[in-house]
Amino acid sequence: MSLLDYFKSKKKPSTAVMAKERLQIIVAHQRGQRDTPDYFPQMKQEIIAVIRKYVQISDDQVSVQLDQNDDNLSVLELNVTLPDR
Amino acid sequence: MAQIIVVTSGKGGVGKTTSSAAIATGLAMQGRKTVVIDFDIGLRNLDLIMGCERRVVYDFVNVINGEANLNQALIKDKRCEKLFVLPASQTRDKDALTKEGVGRVLDDLAKDFEFIICDSPAGIEQGAMMALYFADIAIVTTNPEVSSVRDSDRILGMLQSKSRRAELNLEPIKEYLLLTRYSPSRVKSGEMLSVDDVKEILAIELLGVIPESQSVLKASNSGVPVIIDQESDAGLAYSDTVARLLGEDVPVRFITEEKKGFLQRIFGS
Repeated sequence: MSLLDYFKSKKKPSTAVMAKERLQIIVAHQRGQRDTPDYFPQMKQEIIAVIRKYVQISDDQVSVQLDQNDDNLSVLELNVTLPDR
Repeated sequence: MAQIIVVTSGKGGVGKTTSSAAIATGLAMQGRKTVVIDFDIGLRNLDLIMGCERRVVYDFVNVINGEANLNQALIKDKRCEKLFVLPASQTRDKDALTKEGVGRVLDDLAKDFEFIICDSPAGIEQGAMMALYFADIAIVTTNPEVSSVRDSDRILGMLQSKSRRAELNLEPIKEYLLLTRYSPSRVKSGEMLSVDDVKEILAIELLGVIPESQSVLKASNSGVPVIIDQESDAGLAYSDTVARLLGEDVPVRFITEEKKGFLQRIFGS
């Protein structure tokens, strides 16, 4: 840092903080998918296709999640937001 | 019992080969018989970093295919008696590495060596998966930068699910973070993720921090592992890393900015 820089104010938001926040979100998301079986994405698509035969929904109205509660119990949670009538 | 160490990262260009060469050389200088294997089939570079490129006759794939035996393919390091290099093949594709073949070669090496360092290629393809499959220890090489940290996290997932230890339900691979190209002054000014930031995000034990250093390029230019240059900060940081790997408790150096002199402050550096 030279003398000139010293007088310039440096009150800009730190980009390192932005990097850390973005990484924490993406890594948490990545870890959520880490333990799901290989067939999971396709199964999710097929479940959505079946629901679509009867109700018009978009992909983001369905959340499918696999929770590992303990060693011998996994819970498949399917959450569908149906459109208003 | 030989320890198999994979140096991996997911992302390319973060310093896997530089670190493999430095750590292998460091272990051998400590009197541990060490072999370093290049898993980057088709894009071999470890031989260049180790300075033995003109002595390559047979390679890893030749040994797997039974076209040469291990003694013919292993290159003895000129500087260090206890160090050997097993180069990658330059011509074949990555699928030349089979689980059976790699396992057989590692078993043979384990009879003779204390440490087997596997220099992984970038990516998550066959070569990278084979490099990590048999590992006991993983050194996850990471730059303090978003894409590298994310890819390191991906690789951690692979280590925990796609390795031999995971498949056989053995004790998991010991995972260590090696933070490379670290610039304390940029961390101080808030432009770079700090050691603690990366440790917190990846949640693994820190093995070492290698500062960004001109000596790394000089070392690769001349085909001498940077750890040989004990006047450089990077060389010293790798020595500390090796000491920690051998169980010593060494404080982390080069993570705070050097104090600048009065004249440097005024005229810049």
